[in-house]
Amino acid sequence: MSLLDMIGPVMIGPSSSHTAGACRIGLVARQLLREAPASTRIGLHASFAKTGKGHGTLQAMVAGLLGFQPDDDRLPNAFAEAGAAGLSFEFHDTDLGDVHPNSAQIELTGAGGERVGLVASSTGGGVIEVVKVDGFRVSFSGASSTLLTRYTDALGVIARVASLVAADHVNIAALVCSREKRGGAAMLCIELDGPLSPAALNFLSGWPEMDWVRMVRPIMDAGDTIGGGDVPVLAGTTA
Amino acid sequence: MNAPSPASAWVLETDCAESGLDPETVKGSMLGRIREMRDSIRRGLSTDAPSITGMVGWNAKGLHDAPDVLQAPLLKRVQAYAMAVNEENARMGRIVAAPTAGSAGTIPGALIGVADHLGLSDEQLVMPMVLAAGIGQAISRQMFISGAAGGCQAEIGSSAAMAAAAVTELLGGSSRACVHAASMALMNTIGLVCDPVGGFVEVPCVSRNAFFAVHAVSSAQLALAGLESFIPPDEVVGAMAQVGRMMPLELRETAEGGLAQTPTGLAVTARMEGK
Repeated sequence: MSLLDMIGPVMIGPSSSHTAGACRIGLVARQLLREAPASTRIGLHASFAKTGKGHGTLQAMVAGLLGFQPDDDRLPNAFAEAGAAGLSFEFHDTDLGDVHPNSAQIELTGAGGERVGLVASSTGGGVIEVVKVDGFRVSFSGASSTLLTRYTDALGVIARVASLVAADHVNIAALVCSREKRGGAAMLCIELDGPLSPAALNFLSGWPEMDWVRMVRPIMDAGDTIGGGDVPVLAGTTA
Repeated sequence: MNAPSPASAWVLETDCAESGLDPETVKGSMLGRIREMRDSIRRGLSTDAPSITGMVGWNAKGLHDAPDVLQAPLLKRVQAYAMAVNEENARMGRIVAAPTAGSAGTIPGALIGVADHLGLSDEQLVMPMVLAAGIGQAISRQMFISGAAGGCQAEIGSSAAMAAAAVTELLGGSSRACVHAASMALMNTIGLVCDPVGGFVEVPCVSRNAFFAVHAVSSAQLALAGLESFIPPDEVVGAMAQVGRMMPLELRETAEGGLAQTPTGLAVTARMEGK
């Protein structure tokens, strides 16, 4: 956690884990779609399910899906804002097994039919960790730019992606990969020290092994004194 | 007051080396956050509007407007400021998490409370706030800072330790004194459970921030007088983490134990579920 995560974020109350963290989970999920989200189904686990209502967790997640930052004054009225934006939502309680007590599963469908699912935890002080995307094990916090690719497992793909990232003059901070089975669907999750260039993203998306490629921009902008509710920049390309 | 301690300068330098940010940018953001804290205090002291549940909302203003019967203006100010922030938080108002929202009043209560008592500027609070953040980082590397993971000791204990170090630096304490202030604050918070009534960040959270803001100032007072934590700071953090791991789920923000399970607590839960 950076200094500005420890003293911060500036946020709408009442809970950094249940409100600000929940909003940030929504902000990440939003970026995994290339189009506006049309509907979402959100499963709340353990403490999120038990005490989420009193903490505005539900409103905060919807606010994040709408692109609102945790300090956006519209956060308490996110349900009405969702109606205006054409986003329908439903919540249910769920058991996600052995994950942090403040966790949620978001299934998101875009206006054009794109779908994505993720499981993320809010670990305290507004910090989050995404632990699954489309069923694949991942690990990223959204504190820095993150590259996610879903691809077909094959010899050398990871090395080639790493080389491309290096050629784009971006350093890799952390990397997690997982696959269904040898030669099957796989996912690569790379936390970066900066964003990948649009040209590199486009090039990567053109590889035959790539099913989809997404660039998640930092959701915890270290320079922010006051966020102000800008919609995060979306970047994503598909093969 | 004095020049920044070597500790806060080191924290800033180290974090900027990691993030790539310019130190002046971080200091500017920190000043922005101090001003946000001030705004929360101002709003919180000027209203007695009830929170979402109606359990809190008038405590900060009530104390602020009450006569100072103890003739202890610092004490009264620190308590009122801390509760003002947490009551704003409970109203879904705007606050700065420090390190969490539930513990957001402790640092502003202690640090801004002391600064106003002594007539110091917000600019003088920047490096102490950097040190507070650095202490929080050090704690979070060994331990969790959420009530759901480690009980209230992890949340309010961390904020009190951060505030204690910051107040010590503000008043010219050495780096060693700052770290020992944090350690003493933390070692006297071990075991505190998270048992919020109805699961809301209101009772006991609002008054608890008033108490632990004072706790932080007490700790700074001892450290500035040269007193030290007998158990070294890192070991205190380790002990708290161990206690957090031993803490049953019922006492970690689930509202299934302690104050939340009292007849009054259960009545509030039932009333809110009906809404």
